[in-house]
Amino acid sequence: MKAYLILEDGTVFEGQSIGAPREVVSEIVFNTSMTGYLEVLTDPSYAGQAVVMTYPLIGNYGVARQDMESKKAWPDGYIVRELSRIPSNFRSEDTIQNFLSEQNIPGISGIDTRALTKLLREKGTMNGMITTTSYGDLSEPLSRIRAYRVQGVVAATSCKEKYVIKPSDPTAEPTSIRTAEKPESLKMRAGTGRRVALLDLGAKKNIAQSLAERGCQVTVYPSDTTAEEILAAHPDGIMLSNGPGDPKENVEVIRQIRKLYESDVPIFAICLGHQLMALATGADTYKLKYGHRGGNHPVKDLATGRVYISSQNHGYAVDTDSLDPNVAVPAFVNVNDGTNEGLRYVGKNIFTVQYHPEACPGPQDSSYLFDRFLKMMEVSADA
Amino acid sequence: MPKNPDIKKVLMLGSGPIIIGQAAEFDYAGTQACRSLKEEGIEVVLLNSNPATIMTDKDIADRVYIEPLTLEVVEQLILKEKPDSVLPTLGGQAGLNLAMELEEAGFLKEHNVRLIGTTAATIKKAEDRLEFKETMEKIGEPVAPSQVVESVEEGIAFTNTIGYPVVLRPAYTLGGSGGGIARNQEQLVEILQNGLRLSRVGQVLVERCIAGWKEIEYEVMRDSAGNVITVCNMENIDPVGVHTGDSIVVAPSQTLGDKEYQMLRTSALNIITELGITGGCNVQFALHPTSFEYCVIEVNPRVSRSSALASKATGYPIAKVAAKIALGYTLDEIRNAVTKKTYASFEPMLDYCVVKMPRLPFDKFINAKRNLGTQMKATGEVMSICTNFEGALMKAIRSLEQHVDCLRSYDFTGLNDEELEAQLAKVDDRRIWVIAEALRRGFSYDKIHEITMIDHWFIDKLAILTEMEAALEKGPLTPELLAEAKRIEFPDNVIARLSGVPEAEIKAMRHANGITAAYKMVDTCAAEFAAETPYYYSCFGSENEVEEEHDRKKVLVLGSGPIRIGQGIEFDFCSVHSTWAFEKEGYETIIVNNNPETVSTDFDIADKLYFEPLTPEDVESIVDLEKPDGAVVQFGGQTAIKLTESLMKMGVPILGTAAEDVDAAEDRELFDRILEKCKIPRPAGHTVFTAQEAKAAAHDLGYPVLVRPSYVLGGQGMQICVSDHDIDEFIGIINQIAQDHPILVDKYIVGKEIEVDAVCDGIDILIPGIMEHIERTGIHSGDSISVYPAPSITPKVEATLVDYTEKLARALHVKGMINIQFIVADEKVYIIEVNPRSSRTVPYISKVTGIPIVPLATQVICGHSLRELGYEPGLQQKADYIAIKMPVFSFEKIRGADISLGPEMKSTGECLGIAKTFNEALYKAFEGAGIKLPKHKNMIITVRDEDKEDVVEIARRFAAVGYRIFSTKGTAKVLNAHGVRAVAVNKIEQESPNMLDLILGHQIDLVIDTPQQGAERSHDGFVIRRNAIETGVHVLTSLDTAGALATSLENRARELTLIDIATVKGK
Repeated sequence: MKAYLILEDGTVFEGQSIGAPREVVSEIVFNTSMTGYLEVLTDPSYAGQAVVMTYPLIGNYGVARQDMESKKAWPDGYIVRELSRIPSNFRSEDTIQNFLSEQNIPGISGIDTRALTKLLREKGTMNGMITTTSYGDLSEPLSRIRAYRVQGVVAATSCKEKYVIKPSDPTAEPTSIRTAEKPESLKMRAGTGRRVALLDLGAKKNIAQSLAERGCQVTVYPSDTTAEEILAAHPDGIMLSNGPGDPKENVEVIRQIRKLYESDVPIFAICLGHQLMALATGADTYKLKYGHRGGNHPVKDLATGRVYISSQNHGYAVDTDSLDPNVAVPAFVNVNDGTNEGLRYVGKNIFTVQYHPEACPGPQDSSYLFDRFLKMMEVSADA
Repeated sequence: MPKNPDIKKVLMLGSGPIIIGQAAEFDYAGTQACRSLKEEGIEVVLLNSNPATIMTDKDIADRVYIEPLTLEVVEQLILKEKPDSVLPTLGGQAGLNLAMELEEAGFLKEHNVRLIGTTAATIKKAEDRLEFKETMEKIGEPVAPSQVVESVEEGIAFTNTIGYPVVLRPAYTLGGSGGGIARNQEQLVEILQNGLRLSRVGQVLVERCIAGWKEIEYEVMRDSAGNVITVCNMENIDPVGVHTGDSIVVAPSQTLGDKEYQMLRTSALNIITELGITGGCNVQFALHPTSFEYCVIEVNPRVSRSSALASKATGYPIAKVAAKIALGYTLDEIRNAVTKKTYASFEPMLDYCVVKMPRLPFDKFINAKRNLGTQMKATGEVMSICTNFEGALMKAIRSLEQHVDCLRSYDFTGLNDEELEAQLAKVDDRRIWVIAEALRRGFSYDKIHEITMIDHWFIDKLAILTEMEAALEKGPLTPELLAEAKRIEFPDNVIARLSGVPEAEIKAMRHANGITAAYKMVDTCAAEFAAETPYYYSCFGSENEVEEEHDRKKVLVLGSGPIRIGQGIEFDFCSVHSTWAFEKEGYETIIVNNNPETVSTDFDIADKLYFEPLTPEDVESIVDLEKPDGAVVQFGGQTAIKLTESLMKMGVPILGTAAEDVDAAEDRELFDRILEKCKIPRPAGHTVFTAQEAKAAAHDLGYPVLVRPSYVLGGQGMQICVSDHDIDEFIGIINQIAQDHPILVDKYIVGKEIEVDAVCDGIDILIPGIMEHIERTGIHSGDSISVYPAPSITPKVEATLVDYTEKLARALHVKGMINIQFIVADEKVYIIEVNPRSSRTVPYISKVTGIPIVPLATQVICGHSLRELGYEPGLQQKADYIAIKMPVFSFEKIRGADISLGPEMKSTGECLGIAKTFNEALYKAFEGAGIKLPKHKNMIITVRDEDKEDVVEIARRFAAVGYRIFSTKGTAKVLNAHGVRAVAVNKIEQESPNMLDLILGHQIDLVIDTPQQGAERSHDGFVIRRNAIETGVHVLTSLDTAGALATSLENRARELTLIDIATVKGK
């Protein structure tokens, strides 16, 4: 079946329909990762957006549900150059085609994804519609496309009730995948027993997983949990997760985070969590022209000068100029465009990063940040 | 960390002559690195014995030494030039080994010279099998169970503990020389003996065979601050068991999920970190196809062939960045030269698929074994880029220039199913064609996978191609079907063949339906950032993103495709220099080429680079878009010349010598008419099409005759025939290859062979110099030792040579380059052949005369006259130096290849010996070629009857320098009769001890064996030569070469004088 991608500037791409044949309007963003399409599809941060994969060959290794970063697929739509006819991998349980249909995700294949990416790069992120209807007159769909706003996505992606993840058995084989971890961190893992509160703002599975692998017991809270409730449980540390949408929309969450900031509990925040902490402490965020989504962005640790290749997925960034140096100072910076990639909070056991140390998909180079968080909890407990 | 201020003068070590396993990629890497160092104000001293390279140009380095890559030379050079640092990681294994020798000798320490880019400890950790294994174990990276053995007994004992099959890898060798897989004790003993001998340190690694696992490579960079990135990963379609240089490789990996991808990436980063490499490094993994288990196969602590491929596949300039890192810069301080906005500390993201295919020399060595294993056999490679895998594969296939253009090009329809199944199990260069046939017969993916271990995903892609073949055959050819066929890169001629629709109609249908090639940019970042580097590939069904501008005149420079025997790196040298010269003339330059190993496909050589196959259709699509004002074909070897006619049909003017004149030089009858007009004699000859006609011609001329197809380079298919039987045999071989052009039969004249390159501006002719071959006629010029200036021609002959050159250049209306080969016999000069194009000798003669021939020819093509450019026409005054070009062979890599020299070229590379005296130059040339004698002072001489008299003098000279001579009875009798002591030894079919025992006993330095001319009847000579080569014994098949070697041994130089080529100036 033919399908069309209509952009808010009136550009139309024609391709084949994949997944659900329904019509959808969304914000179109692109991701440059060459592997990890399933992790991208199940990353809650894509709620409210349709994703273009710049790598042209998708679905090569099928679907291994173990690799899903949440219980379901979140993007509104999926845009690819080509889907592999057969999947080939020893873990593959299904094809990407079936997965999209099952998850009721509409998509389009067979379009020039590079031309589309260049458009988004030049004009900035745009809204668009994936449809199987051939519109003669675009004015009606265009008005719907232009009216679209990403809204209410944090609540939609967050868990509805709190739950607990037990520490992984340190003697068990690490989930059949060898990670970057060095023997020291394995040692630290044994018997850590830290209790971490994870505020789920649309969290990827591997955040909790990374903590559990380090011996932490993780309590996952819905995004509308009050600070009081979290603090009442006396966690050793608080983790603010990644999540979708415009950070400023989350007025109530920001207010709660302000209270967490004022507690003395060590806090580590990722992506949306990082932005919300900045907003909670008086800094500002802004929308990037077309965001950072991929697994190749270099971030520099300003304390050591070391550069790490990171996994990224964000459309907004913290405005460095808005920072009060008495509150927060830049700790990481993007080597490519100089945007803020992380903050260290002055006089606080708080550090936050814009990128994804939990990887999945992407480089595992920054997993050491979880160790840093563990150390921070340790120091704080000793004090 | 900024640049280290203590580094001011750097000695770069090159990789020496092109051999299998070490080819043009090191010219690319070395050139890029030199330019990168010079950019930083570093004084660069270069040592490389290979004159055909761009890196040995005075524009590239400050001081250029084309001298043998030996410890003695490099020590002497360090004393002379006093560099503060040595950079060894960009000159391949040769450079690295030399650096290790320097370090081990304590020389660097003694003279306060540091190694930059790596340390000796790092090299040892990565290259020494035992240390490597220990290092991997220390950081928990798995390696296959293995043990380093130093004797055959030890090898057998260890193998008995881990079980067969085992893989054998000699330490410190190139391209897997001497390695292999042993499935039983007999094979183990054979391979091990050989490997122990080839290893520089007498060590061979015996390891568990992981054949059949996925072979995955990562290219990694690390700087002195410890920042690490991966540039690219690659997946070999051929699973572990085939050397990656002989595998079809795809980038990025296709069948790995993010979990596997990141697992191996992290491992590669841990490894480079532990090894402490500062620069580039290549890590090869074997990944179990049905689990997460993996093994590290090997690490190259240097820039490698794979890094050249990764550079071209991603646009990330690995060598340039590695050089900057060696100076102390960190990755985040080095600009990404492609985007000019981002930095080197990022990882390229591809939005296309890259396929590399090896160029194997089995068309040259038709008797060689085609099987592929752990020892590399490819002489070169092609790369192609497309938005889908099928298209990239189809483009790569037709880039090979081996008469293949689709998955039907090798015909296996004659095999029954059982035979086909057996063929599938054979690992050779035609395997994908065999799989295609199996798919057409309905073999299941599972069955094909079980036999080949090739991943289902790749098998499915081959199936998509065979399904398209069937669809095109079935028809009808609708615009939709055509669009789909083009999307997966079926060329028009293949569509025409399959569908029965004429090619012209297909083209018309394409244009009517807007099915035309679009060009996309290779930008390192999947369009995330705007990039400025104009590096393009084509695809169908997409938007074109090349902006066609026309503010300057535009020239299309056609490259020379994959490196193969007969068309090597020299033509890349010419293409690049011509491009630079056009740029200086104010042209916008556009290069089309498909060889990832070369300088010409570097992103900053031309104004635009199209990484595309060099077929008429592919070139036409570029022409349609770019509308060039002209194309230049005379610098890209035969690949470019072959496109002349097509370019004319496209309406592209050929710059320089006109197409009809190119034709006149190749067309026998036209050329004969010109020779007649100029009164220039040539060996009598005829043009024929059939064996019958050839025999008639031979009878008319009288045997021996030279038989060859027209329009070939490197003497492909050329043979000396002494009988009707020979002719029948050779015509049969020639006709196996598609033959659009006639066959030439010439009288074979014995004489001196002379070669001339010249530049003609239409009126005046400049001859930089005259070269004379040591070997008499009958041996291809590319395989001959060539001496400049010609040492033994009389002034009268010289005058005739100049006269003929001038006459021919004028008669052919040459504008630009011309290359002529002459025979001089009894003071009479004959023409053998004329090539109205640049030749193999141009780089060498440019360097030793100091005359920039290619830029000069380019300026002439642009309309300047030689006089206006400040050159006095005619033969230039001889240089103060004697320069000897020595061919270098890779016979030990190609099992079963006959090594005897003849009219068909067999050498893969060359080195130079340059000195004030002939003897020193000769000595250096032999040293550079790796012929270091004497060792045991035993030699074998066995010659054909015609040579029995001539051999006496040569044998006497070898005896005089201390050689003990062994000969077959006939030769021994002649030698002893003339007072040269020779020990008679049994022929190989006679009882032991015989010739073969002698060779295999490792006591022989040298074999002189002149084969019978014509199709050799005796198998004896072949067996002797092959065994000698495979046991590392030097073999000479021409008495002339032997004479030169004797001269060199008689005049062993004590102290070499090193000559800075950059100071050689034209007079």
